[in-house]
Amino acid sequence: MNKRDMEYLNAYGNFHAYVPGENPRIPKKSPLSLYEKQNKNNKIVKSLEEAVRLSGLKDGMTISFHHHFRAGDYIVNMVLDTLAQMGFRNLTVAASSLTTVHAPMIEHIKNGVVTGIETSGLRGELATAISHGLMERPVVFRSHGGRASAIMEHQINIDVAFLGASSCDPFGNANGYSRSNTGKTACGSLGYAKVDANYAGKVIIITDNIVDYPNTPFGISQKLVDYIVKVDAIGNPQKIMSGATRFTKNPHDLLIAEAAAKVIFHSGYFNDGFSLQTGSGGAALAVTRFLRDYMVEHNVRASYALGGITGAMVRLHEEGLIRKLLDVQSFDLDAANSLKNNRFHAQIDANYYASPFNEGAAVNQLDIVVLSALEIDVDFNVNVLTGSDGIIRGAIGGHPDTAGGASLSIIVAPLLRGRMPTIMDRVNTIVTPGHTVDVLVTDQGVAVNPRRPEIAERLKAARLDVTTIDELKARAERVVGVPEPLPFGEKIVGVVTYRDGSVIDVIHEILDENEC
Amino acid sequence: MERLRRTMLFVPGNNPGMLRDAHIYGADSILFDLEDSVSMGEKNAARLLVYHSLKAIQYGNCELVVRVNPLNTPYGRQDIEAVVRAGAQVIRLPKTESVQDILDMELEIERVEKEAGIPVGRTKLMAAVESALGVLNAQSICVASKRLIGIAIGAEDYCANIKTQRTKEGLELFFARNMVLNAARAAGIAALDTVFSDVEDMDGFETEVRLIKGLGFDGKSVINPRQIGPVHRIFLPTEKEITSARRVIRALREAEARGSGVVSVDGRMVDRPVVLRAQRIIQMAVASNLIVDEEEMLDE
Repeated sequence: MNKRDMEYLNAYGNFHAYVPGENPRIPKKSPLSLYEKQNKNNKIVKSLEEAVRLSGLKDGMTISFHHHFRAGDYIVNMVLDTLAQMGFRNLTVAASSLTTVHAPMIEHIKNGVVTGIETSGLRGELATAISHGLMERPVVFRSHGGRASAIMEHQINIDVAFLGASSCDPFGNANGYSRSNTGKTACGSLGYAKVDANYAGKVIIITDNIVDYPNTPFGISQKLVDYIVKVDAIGNPQKIMSGATRFTKNPHDLLIAEAAAKVIFHSGYFNDGFSLQTGSGGAALAVTRFLRDYMVEHNVRASYALGGITGAMVRLHEEGLIRKLLDVQSFDLDAANSLKNNRFHAQIDANYYASPFNEGAAVNQLDIVVLSALEIDVDFNVNVLTGSDGIIRGAIGGHPDTAGGASLSIIVAPLLRGRMPTIMDRVNTIVTPGHTVDVLVTDQGVAVNPRRPEIAERLKAARLDVTTIDELKARAERVVGVPEPLPFGEKIVGVVTYRDGSVIDVIHEILDENEC
Repeated sequence: MERLRRTMLFVPGNNPGMLRDAHIYGADSILFDLEDSVSMGEKNAARLLVYHSLKAIQYGNCELVVRVNPLNTPYGRQDIEAVVRAGAQVIRLPKTESVQDILDMELEIERVEKEAGIPVGRTKLMAAVESALGVLNAQSICVASKRLIGIAIGAEDYCANIKTQRTKEGLELFFARNMVLNAARAAGIAALDTVFSDVEDMDGFETEVRLIKGLGFDGKSVINPRQIGPVHRIFLPTEKEITSARRVIRALREAEARGSGVVSVDGRMVDRPVVLRAQRIIQMAVASNLIVDEEEMLDE
């Protein structure tokens, strides 16, 4: 390029002249074959330590993980052990969720390796220890949609994301399943991890299965991936997911599920082209079993099913009863296989799924969502995070996202759990605000939020057992009485955020019986 | 009108979780068991649990039945003492073999009723026959007390007693079922069939329910809430039956209004058995939410 032309151009913008072969950021044209390139020029580094060094991770930074491997996850423990050995301190773990298998993190917290946690939920020993005040800094709980938007809006700044993948090619196209027969694990959708990959400073894929380029269609694109580490095992396949989520045989759950399907049928939202999500939990998942009969009988098809997708949803899709599946998380191998093989079974990220600030988010197009609850109060506020003993034992998940987005949100729960009533004056922890909860279906009657009188009218017209939530509470208390208040201390161990990042409640440390 | 007894849900008396909400599954009757499902070591605890459950929990419209231990055990008398006072509607006497068994039981119930200030006769009785002798004596057992509202067969003990075992076909029970059913019908009380133990075999269960419905039984004892729905479905009257029953009931009303004892539909006289059957069908249809017609239910 001649200098005059460049000067002329630069009056209109920032141009620079082409210099043959000079830009070091462009990989040199190579005479190697694809096979040779994959083996020589690639993003695979020799060890996790090497990847960490290359990533520039420093003390005080934030690292992230996904929870698609559920209780079979090896990644979090493996990475934290490595970082501890490398001498890192004061790290914040921003996981999409944490579960029973992450108990070893307790030691890393005690040793100062981990000083902050952001998560959707906690379970098991780690949850118990944190509930008793293990950490100085309160754990920040976010919904799946809330986490996605917090990452996009830099409330959470992920410095390095450590993302497990069931397969990955040498350049970073990663998936939660494998098309080669070398795959040992599968988790299906990588919906939560996709957000991390998009926004993290550095992205490290950890896999036990390097496959040929191009590993398409991909869950995570090569363009987002910096380093790849191959390890012997990324998780325990048996604990990542079972073959097919079987419908519960618990008569209690079936009774509730049947009643919920009946509520849906008469709710006014059971129309051709409706959209649906069912949350986790035996009764919520079993609703599809009864809904199917209504759909077949009345020739009603759903436009899409959303969320955690199960084999049962896949079967409804294959029967032609649900046109499309939007899958942010696959609940079983049947769902994972469908995601892999069926183009109408789409892998969506948590942002597409549930971002609170995006009108188009899939949760906002939902007609009906069926969700579980640990506790619900007379104002319909729902707790899915802390147990009746005050100990954290659950996850927010997409609960407030879907309840807030769906036109009809249904909570399914037994009226009593052992000696504890499910309905109380005020839930121990507010996760989903009552104004977004429309109907409560229990094994002993249905209550409709007074904000939705039209739904109550429709259900009453169909002769369903509709009563008030106060009456349901009274029914429960007639049998088991009113529980004693829990012995909470002053220290705050958890911050519960709503979808937009605002604080909706806090979790106080639970004291032992003999402390109070 | 006689109440429906399509399903009697067995609930072990020592299981608080099941006692707590035994009524939510829609069984016509709940049987709180103090006998075979409770081990020796838990007899007292179970009795106390059932006593308090009956006193404290509102079981809705379910008929509340308690299976007590026989009087020749150390628990029988205490069981009766507790559950009569707690307000059990029906006491089911297991292993009934003779009229004397019923009379002994009745005496005991009457004593407790008097002591507790309960109207004598309020507590009803149900006999379970579980042996060859009991089956053969069914006719006299069924008329042994005015308190008797029904008779049931216990097939497991019966089969052991006649030296065979149960089959899915149920040929070994053919005689006993018919004997018990006819004894019940002759006495004008309910006949209940035995339990079906394999809760996973729903097809086998439904076949058996169709069989006993065909034989004429009022209903069946069930051991899992999942068995309730199928029984009620199989006992469901068809639309045709309901339509025809409604016409009979309407004709009955018209006859009553005229002060006539002759009920006729389409110019044909309707016999009393047809009227009774029609009433039964309407009752079932209302219980199953198939029709909503309180008027048809009035003072039948």
